[in-house]
Amino acid sequence: MKDWRYWLAEQRGTLLAFGIFIVMFTIYTSNHPAGFTANVVQTASNKGVLLAFVAMAQTLVVITAGIDLSVGMIFLLTNCLASWLVIGTGIETAFGVVAVLGTGLLCGAINGAIVIYGRLQPIVTTIATGAVYFGIALLLRPFPGGSVNEDLADALTGRLFGVVPASLVALLAVLLVVWVPFSRSVLGRAAYAAGSSETAAYMSGVPIRRGKFAAYALAGLLAAIGGLFLTFFTYTGEAAYASGNAYTLFSIAAVVLGGVSLFGGKGSAIGAIFGALAFRTIGDLLFVFDFDPLWQPLFQGVILLIAVSLGAFALFRVRNRLEWFL
Amino acid sequence: MDGAVPLFRMEGISKRYGGVRALEKAELSVTPGSIHAILGENGAGKSTLIKVMAGVVAPDEGRMMLDGSEVSFASPAAANQAGIVCIFQELSLVPELSVADNIVISDPPKRFGMIDRKAQRRIAEEALARAGAADIHPLALVKDLPLSRRQMVEIAKALARKPRILILDEATSALTAADVAKIFGVLKRLRSEGLALLYISHRMNEIAELADQCTVFRNGRNVASYAAGTKSDNEVVELMIGREYSHIFPPRPMRAPATAAPVLEARKLSWTDRLDNISLSVGAGEVVGLGGLDGQGQRELLLAFFGVLRGLSGQILIDGKPVAIASPAKARGDRIGMALIPEDRKTEGLMLPMTVRENLSFAALDRLSRGGIIDRAAEQRLIDDMVALLAIKTAGLDVPVGALSGGNQQKVVIAKWLMRQPRIILLNDPTRGIDVGTKQELYQLMRKLADQGAAILFYSTDYDELIGCCDRVLVLYDGAVKRELVGAEITERALIASALNINGEEMPVGGMAKTPARGMAKTPARGMAKTPARGADA
Repeated sequence: MKDWRYWLAEQRGTLLAFGIFIVMFTIYTSNHPAGFTANVVQTASNKGVLLAFVAMAQTLVVITAGIDLSVGMIFLLTNCLASWLVIGTGIETAFGVVAVLGTGLLCGAINGAIVIYGRLQPIVTTIATGAVYFGIALLLRPFPGGSVNEDLADALTGRLFGVVPASLVALLAVLLVVWVPFSRSVLGRAAYAAGSSETAAYMSGVPIRRGKFAAYALAGLLAAIGGLFLTFFTYTGEAAYASGNAYTLFSIAAVVLGGVSLFGGKGSAIGAIFGALAFRTIGDLLFVFDFDPLWQPLFQGVILLIAVSLGAFALFRVRNRLEWFL
Repeated sequence: MDGAVPLFRMEGISKRYGGVRALEKAELSVTPGSIHAILGENGAGKSTLIKVMAGVVAPDEGRMMLDGSEVSFASPAAANQAGIVCIFQELSLVPELSVADNIVISDPPKRFGMIDRKAQRRIAEEALARAGAADIHPLALVKDLPLSRRQMVEIAKALARKPRILILDEATSALTAADVAKIFGVLKRLRSEGLALLYISHRMNEIAELADQCTVFRNGRNVASYAAGTKSDNEVVELMIGREYSHIFPPRPMRAPATAAPVLEARKLSWTDRLDNISLSVGAGEVVGLGGLDGQGQRELLLAFFGVLRGLSGQILIDGKPVAIASPAKARGDRIGMALIPEDRKTEGLMLPMTVRENLSFAALDRLSRGGIIDRAAEQRLIDDMVALLAIKTAGLDVPVGALSGGNQQKVVIAKWLMRQPRIILLNDPTRGIDVGTKQELYQLMRKLADQGAAILFYSTDYDELIGCCDRVLVLYDGAVKRELVGAEITERALIASALNINGEEMPVGGMAKTPARGMAKTPARGMAKTPARGADA
């Protein structure tokens, strides 16, 4: 009977992020000189999916009530690696892709192993491992360069049937192959349970460690998919420290915008994807309104604050002040 | 029961935490098809015993036998596998997950490697129905449910695991009388199905109704085992506390009602659909009880006084003057001087990882500091006074408050507020899950504070307490004051009848209501003495 209301309550964050994105994107395309065309959508999609992948990665870890400050660096490392390996014949390229994804998975697994079995704080652990991953990226590409299998790159950044951005399809595919099974598996539920109340989860005999480990490892994998796409867009590898850090921090913003709770146990990668797309659209908005580039970071920050505040409106309706702290 | 082969035996189990001996060569044997009650004060070792059984802590020595062969459990999951399922006093539900998610959490039904949500829903509905809680929606998030409903989910969750041995640790302490009756029915059915049940409770009447066999623990040892009904309540309590049991409630002063000027008054308080036109007054030196079934607005009423609720209509008067209490900070301020002892000491009363000292001074920091700097000497003096006054049993002031037993934690919560010398004290079911000895001390303290001029508003789910402690009792039903009972009118019968909103004269015996309490309130007085065992190390 009232099932849909429970569903609605659960999806509130995701729907809000979706709404914010739609509003922003509508404003953007209606003010864009070219309007809502396949080209504009393709460009927006290609820019958006990079952050979307990294935000998905962040979501997995944030759900366990952790945080991963190394996602941006895994993203860079796999970009640099891809610029060496994802090239040549079909077989060689395929091997390269597998190696790049495997590296991401390994990076995530290392984070997970240290946090879970070493019992270190996620924040410190991932600052340290992030620095290590960046160091390796720098050794791989002291200077920007390298190349990528351009056929594959063009196929994945172009359009399907002339209209649908291929990168968006790839994002959807990853969502279906990685996120959906994870969120519906026992491990996924263990990750949520550990994030919400680790003691209760332990007392209930939930496989907390495996759930958290899977979350960290898959986060590495998703960041690597992001890194792969970065290579497809740029055709090069570059160990750009500032860019790695920016992706890490933006991924956290995107996750919050997408209704994922930083306290853990709540939220979905789908929300985080819309959060990421909305976040990217903020930059584009400033572009179509011809803001001086000097002002862009400032406005980006202000719009982000406003967007995040939307999620807090429910607090005004709270009539029992104790509910503020739940 | 009648010499059946024990399903499970514990032999010579010992466990130490640091220097504290929690269990010392404890023995226990459990037979199928019976309900075995474990009695003892808080800190007697009951909790540790069941944690050992449930695989939460490993014993230092001793052995456990299941079906005649030795077993040991590395984790709660291992114990579950062996068929030992425990409903813990600290709820083991994951708040952000739904009821159905929680019920199947340890072994969700799977289809193609993913969780089968349809099957999960079905299992959850079955389990809820079995626990007599079909009113709970399986998709509701646990965090949105009130405490009593969560407890029912907890029980449903345990049943869904098909246990052979089911341990209930204070499982009814948060339940309404109607739920307790349902759960008792469920437990009796499980017993007839051949389960072994271990039942831990501080409520003697529950044990009298349910148990076949009783074992009393004291100081980490099992001091006595006997068939239920072969010992009087008095004897049992003496076994538990290891000394003579004196009458538990302090005498009420004889006074004409309403002579004292009201300190705290409410006029036509309403709030959403939970409070409905409530008017009441509490005078200096008066202990006024709030009765009724759990969840009839008692908690909200206390929160309304304490400035937690927004959008309140009606008036609150302090010393006859209307005041607006906008926050707990205002409520505790010198002009109002109110204190609230919250329902859930673990989340609303204490910062568990912080020390006893820090927890004690939180509410009074403004009074203990000058220019933002805490006056350490003044703080120490006041803390020493409180520790002595309440006989708080702790290894030191600098241990985390979470390491104390439940009763002592509650004393810290109360002491923390007494440090401000409040004039108005609101208590929200303060004795839940607390042992007899500590309860008794709290009753004495409450009366003492009232005698010193405090106005006390006291909500309790235990009718005996209301009868024993209060000068007047207001019974709430559906957010409204249903009946006011004064002095001798406060009887179990009247309380239950008005709580169920039925006419007292036609009150059915047994049925939905809590069974009439035995003992406790009615035990003959033997002269109250300050208990040496508890006061000694303060």
